[in-house]
Amino acid sequence: MTMRDVLFDPLVNKNPITFQVLGICSALAITNSLLSALVMGLSVTAVLAFSNMSISLIRHHLPSSVRLIVQITIIASAVIIVDELLKAFLPETARILSVYVGLIVTNCIVLGRAETFAMQNPVGVSVLDGIGNGLGFSMILIIVATIRELFGSGSLMGVSILPLVADNGWYVPNEMLLLPPSAFFIIGFLIWIIRSWKTEQIEQIDSLPIPNRTTEAE
Amino acid sequence: MDNLLGIFLRSIFVENLALAFFLGMCTFLAVSKQIKTSLSLGVAVIVVLGISVPINNLLYNTFLREGALGWVNLGAFDFSYLSLISFIAVIAAMVQILEMILSRYFPLLHSNLGIFLPLLTVNCAILGASLFMVQRDYNFVESSVYGLGAGVGWALAIASLAGLREKMRYCDVPSGLQGLGITFITAGLISLAFMAMAGIDL
Repeated sequence: MTMRDVLFDPLVNKNPITFQVLGICSALAITNSLLSALVMGLSVTAVLAFSNMSISLIRHHLPSSVRLIVQITIIASAVIIVDELLKAFLPETARILSVYVGLIVTNCIVLGRAETFAMQNPVGVSVLDGIGNGLGFSMILIIVATIRELFGSGSLMGVSILPLVADNGWYVPNEMLLLPPSAFFIIGFLIWIIRSWKTEQIEQIDSLPIPNRTTEAE
Repeated sequence: MDNLLGIFLRSIFVENLALAFFLGMCTFLAVSKQIKTSLSLGVAVIVVLGISVPINNLLYNTFLREGALGWVNLGAFDFSYLSLISFIAVIAAMVQILEMILSRYFPLLHSNLGIFLPLLTVNCAILGASLFMVQRDYNFVESSVYGLGAGVGWALAIASLAGLREKMRYCDVPSGLQGLGITFITAGLISLAFMAMAGIDL
């Protein structure tokens, strides 16, 4: 695996949200405006790069029995720094993101990459992997947020693009897009588009008919 | 009493952690293939939320909140920036203790829950409920009720999604939507149904 693959694979081929199914909570919750999606994407990328770096640095000295606690502590410290920085420099956005900044701690991308990649790879590659996954995550966030903000409130980054009927324009906003369920639909369709393009990602259908429920263990 | 019942019902239906705030989504989508497993996971979430939210509330109000350390003459300090790290530590410890108790006294339940139990530590619904508890300034009793209600709501959501997904195995889903894609859209439809209760003020 080359450096290039490590950095760019997570964009489409192994995208954290549409392929690895990690870190979905924030992808859905804060994507009703482009600005909050950008800030969230940046914060997650920073936390990922930092935690991958620190965990990769200490990976040879970490007994496996306590590794989860250590990883969580490192991630939580990184998130506290990001949280305090946001509160200090972007108080308005921090208020909108509310608890979701804190929830980066339990965002499964961060722990997932730490556990599967940073624990086995040297520092440089781990940082790249963190940045790559952060970018793949941000990309989905930005796509979803663009659709939701543009058609839901007729603006991007708060600047009016499609003049609303309420302001003597012509566009009737689709307010459904500002509500939570629309994020589910948009990501569902995004997955459909990506899998029509990258057909190797298609999941195999489980064997039919349904196996006996009492004997099937997961 | 009215207030407590209100908090309980609101946290189940109106402010459902999974469907209105999108918390605990990774497990919500990954572990909802069968009703049976998703129900045991739901029970585990109810227990962990019901214990960890009130404990975090005590911790926050006695140690971390601004001026909370007045009882040891440290009233000038504000340790609330430490709340994230202490909450996650409490949750991890609670999950660990729960796992030990279950494996000692309820081995059947323990083996049913299996790997889901340790994974609850990184379930954002658990941490999210504690953060909402701080944001909404609940007291100890309110936070216990809120923790239980939030857990019941999450369990209800994952059980209903699992029920739909079991039926969906008979459907002819387009190949690109197979699995994850159609699950997202189903979850969106359930969430839409829950939105109907959004305006209710309890």
